Amino acid sequence: MLVKLVTEVDLNEAFHYLQDPGAGGIDLFVGTVRNHAHGKEVVKLVFEAYAPMALKEMQKLAVAAQQQWPIEKLVILHAVGEKLVGEPVVIIGVASAHREVAFTACRFLIDELKKTVPIWKKEYYQDNSVWVNAHP
Amino acid sequence: MEILLFGITREIVGESTLTVEPEETLQTVGQLKAWLGQRYPALQKLSSLAVAVDSEYADDAQPLSPGQEVALIPPVSGG
Repeated sequence: MLVKLVTEVDLNEAFHYLQDPGAGGIDLFVGTVRNHAHGKEVVKLVFEAYAPMALKEMQKLAVAAQQQWPIEKLVILHAVGEKLVGEPVVIIGVASAHREVAFTACRFLIDELKKTVPIWKKEYYQDNSVWVNAHP
Repeated sequence: MEILLFGITREIVGESTLTVEPEETLQTVGQLKAWLGQRYPALQKLSSLAVAVDSEYADDAQPLSPGQEVALIPPVSGG
């Protein structure tokens, strides 16, 4: 598995790593910065991580996925720092013999990453900024 | 004890680490959370607040001891 926090997520690196002769399908999920949230224009996002724990939690998810499904290769790359509209911030990649596993595991990994991995994003609008999910 | 702070907890406290003096005698994660909530009421307004001990999520009953790495984990929002 390839699990990293990076300042720039690199699609080529992910795709290159996922090459495997036993794989019949490679699924890539790319999360990007959207230009709006809650009806407001978003200018940028800033990501912060508790790096050692974030890596540990991402590795746990990777292991959980590998135990559940026959996965040939698996990638989780997450960005930290400032990201502008349209830029990629997270890449999940799964290579498997058949597409069903690749789709399912990919979805599991991004859904669980959002629940447990200690990474935080702050949304910057024209007039203010907020930590996403912080308040009810 | 040094507490690592991230995201909104760092902004609430105004520092990236918080020092808790030994005389506070906080013995568990639950006691630490109660103490923090009294000192920084804004922490109580968060959707959730977890504590990590040695970079693992810890429940309220977990004992605290010197030398551990303790961190506050406000609601996560990666991805």
